[in-house]
Amino acid sequence: MPLVLELRGITKAFPGVLANDHIDLTLEEGEIHALLGENGAGKSTLMNILYGLYQPDEGQIFLRPRNRSAIPASAASRDGLVEVKIHSPNDAIAQGIGMVHQHFMLVPPLTVAENVMLGLESTRGGIFLDQRAAAQRIREISQQYGLEVDPDAYVRDLPVGVQQRVEIIKLLYREADILILDEPTAVLTPQEVDRLFSTIKNLVKQGKSIIFITHKLREVMEIADRITVLRNGRVVGTTTPAQTTPAELAAMMVGRQVDLVVHKESLTPGEVVLEVKDLQVLDDRQHLAVNGVSFEVREREILGIAGVQGNGQTELVEALTGLRPVIAGEIRILGTPVTNANPRQILEKGVAHVPEDRQRDGLVLSRPVHDNLVLCTYYLPPFAKGINIQEDTIIATASRLVEEFDVRTPSVFVPASTLSGGNQQKVIVAREFSRPVKLIIAAQPTRGLDVGSIEYIHQRILQKRSEGTAVLLVSPELDEIIALSDRIAVMYRGRIMDIVPAKGVNREYLGLLMAGVEASEAAKVAPPTIGVEEVERVF
Amino acid sequence: MGEERKGTASTQTVTRGKQPATGAKKERGILIPPAWQTLLLPVLAVFTGLVIGAIVIVITDAAVVATYRNFFRAPGTALAATWHTIATAYGALLYGSLGNPREVYEGMRLYLSTGDNTLFLRAIWPITESLVAATPYIFGGLAVALGFRCGLFNIGAEGQLGIGALAAAWVGYSITNLPALIHLPLALLAGALGGAIWAAIPGYLKAKTGAHEVVNTIMMNWISFRLSDWLLNGPMKAPGYRPITPNIEPTAALPRFFPPPIRFHAGFFLALIVAGIVYWFLFKTTLGFEIRTVGANPDAARYAGMSITRSIMLAMVLSGALAGLAGTSQVLGVDHWVGQGFTAGYGFDSIALALLGKSHPFGVVLASLLFGTLRSGATRMQSLAGIPIDIISIIQGLVIVFIAAPAIIRWLYRIRVERAEEVVLTRGWGK
Repeated sequence: MPLVLELRGITKAFPGVLANDHIDLTLEEGEIHALLGENGAGKSTLMNILYGLYQPDEGQIFLRPRNRSAIPASAASRDGLVEVKIHSPNDAIAQGIGMVHQHFMLVPPLTVAENVMLGLESTRGGIFLDQRAAAQRIREISQQYGLEVDPDAYVRDLPVGVQQRVEIIKLLYREADILILDEPTAVLTPQEVDRLFSTIKNLVKQGKSIIFITHKLREVMEIADRITVLRNGRVVGTTTPAQTTPAELAAMMVGRQVDLVVHKESLTPGEVVLEVKDLQVLDDRQHLAVNGVSFEVREREILGIAGVQGNGQTELVEALTGLRPVIAGEIRILGTPVTNANPRQILEKGVAHVPEDRQRDGLVLSRPVHDNLVLCTYYLPPFAKGINIQEDTIIATASRLVEEFDVRTPSVFVPASTLSGGNQQKVIVAREFSRPVKLIIAAQPTRGLDVGSIEYIHQRILQKRSEGTAVLLVSPELDEIIALSDRIAVMYRGRIMDIVPAKGVNREYLGLLMAGVEASEAAKVAPPTIGVEEVERVF
Repeated sequence: MGEERKGTASTQTVTRGKQPATGAKKERGILIPPAWQTLLLPVLAVFTGLVIGAIVIVITDAAVVATYRNFFRAPGTALAATWHTIATAYGALLYGSLGNPREVYEGMRLYLSTGDNTLFLRAIWPITESLVAATPYIFGGLAVALGFRCGLFNIGAEGQLGIGALAAAWVGYSITNLPALIHLPLALLAGALGGAIWAAIPGYLKAKTGAHEVVNTIMMNWISFRLSDWLLNGPMKAPGYRPITPNIEPTAALPRFFPPPIRFHAGFFLALIVAGIVYWFLFKTTLGFEIRTVGANPDAARYAGMSITRSIMLAMVLSGALAGLAGTSQVLGVDHWVGQGFTAGYGFDSIALALLGKSHPFGVVLASLLFGTLRSGATRMQSLAGIPIDIISIIQGLVIVFIAAPAIIRWLYRIRVERAEEVVLTRGWGK
């Protein structure tokens, strides 16, 4: 297949970091090229350069010209490619390069058609928007590429998977030939992922080329034609799924052998620590988000709550930690009712909470690391005497925790905002796990972290389990749930569909439950448990 | 980089300074550590304010502008006239606010040799006036700064200040035959309480219903203005035709240290002590820890089990109490009575002071000293150099603009931002 894009020697330095170090990359027509790497490996920088958001310090970009006759004779030309300079996203789009960002760039109160035509409005007589023409064009695109969407629907009413389709249509409407998809599966259900993959295959069949940015090995193995692995801003290698294995890819990504399997001690659960009965909780829009949930978590046990994001997990965790009112049902911790207790009362019962949104809830980013390490205990001795804060004690304790939990920070005095995501999470884990806790509620504890941090946090959670702590683990990453949990509960639309033992669980069965199939129906299609399956850690 | 990269992959931190969009290879400008920038930026803001103030002085002076008509024939005349005008204006400002060191020295020598202090007192009068003007500013600035620390914008300092002044005046004149040792603290307390109550109302509404404090404190300002009009024309009116309160008893007055006309009073030292207390409260106590956490990130505060309601109430009440003390210090220390229009914008200036002082108690003290100096020097500048007092308002306004928009100052002086921050290129929704 002919080349459509070549990056040669792309280098980009930021103060203190060489984000891209002489990166070479080629893209063929009709190819799905996966860009694999950890957070901070330089994937996003490279794509932002290609998309015109950054200018490279060195290196060249060669593109197949949109109009072949327009190749100037003098232009540096190779394999029919010409060198281009991309100064802005507008330039990129004009050259046929489009990007779907991880966080969508849509305007929720506008319709699909309005969103798609935004910035490229078709008009009648110069001032009147010609929505009909746009809608017609969108229908044609939908048809051609199998991207089902109603042009007149409001974006705010659409599920995330469909919103992503709108983003792709936006690019096709602008006649992009090269589509950059930045972590496109991060927000999707397993079904939506399948759907997206078939869309992607459809697109390449019709001559589009895709750059697929991800850190998930499974997806790369499934969809990519070629895989380029980045580490520390450099290309480690380019390969194809047929020539490699997940373990090899992981080693390329991380730079050392990675244990893809979580080793878990087998323990006998003890007393019930957390007991939830018929819990009902409303979300922000006053809809029933948690609808009659019951479960219990015991000492030395990890209960994993699986499910696609937005099925009431967030509200459940908030209710358990006192951040959201409970409208019906009961929560008991070690036998004491704590329904609608305030967060402090619950913390003082020995509950550690690793919040889902670590930057919003878990940290005060503008404040020094040492203050963040005592955020929940600052008022207790030895950190306070009466109302007087004991700064020296806090700093000493913080320094010890930073050491003990391997938080990489220049000192405990720098603001938490200066730490990397993994180290920010370690600050939270250090704070929460160093208290005398009976129950850990961990919501997406490894989201967006690098492999080292993920391994570390998994290990700390398992260590707490061994010490006798009960753990409630909430995560949309099925692999993480299966790897860590003793039992797995699947949540769908505020209900728990089933709770099954994690050992030898059938992934297909869980997938059906996550899609809302009743347990009895799902069991007919796929047995809840099969033989012991090797579970891969997710990155 | 090799050295820094040792260890596991978890050490990778992709933090980036801001890059110019054009991708210049080398960033231009001076790199100054953030700690110094917090000090340097206000200083440069003041400096720039003075420079632009000078330009305004020059172009509003018809005589100087006239010399520029002949600029090409006699550039020296024009430049000399310009320099003369600026030097006269700012010289008078400096002289009027700080006095003349030589006069102070001469006065001191005369006093020590002959015991005659008239010259000495005359020499220190300007600087004492500056401190007198700074006193309510310190209290007011602290009030707004404390609110800012909790994420509250207390625009109501003006009203709280007026109510505090009235309360202090009332205790000051209506209670008689008390020893000063009781009467003065009582009057101070009343002033603080008046301001506190006035701020507690919007504080309560904010904490309990989420009603925005900006709107409610502004409303409370209007209520306080009309309330004081009524009080000064009715219940609290002194005998006579002017709408003012009676004079306070001498036992309620803040002591002065020099014979008249020097008005320097103990309120200045009280303000410094209160600034120290506010510092201790904000940075050394659990309550301050909570207030600052609520201000910086209310979600994290709630997560950590702090009571946001309590912090907001507490911050608002204390802010009001400090604003009340601003009015009180002026009544008990300087005026000894309250008349219409007493607040005179002190409360609004306080917002500027809190901004200039970066909401830090010590920063507020420095900012207040500066503004006090400008205010009292301006009077002298008007009489000596004929420069309208309003020029000071212009300079103050400019300083605030530069403080509020530090990017202007950074650009003007080519100071680079080197905040380690993750570049956020895309901020979408739909998580």
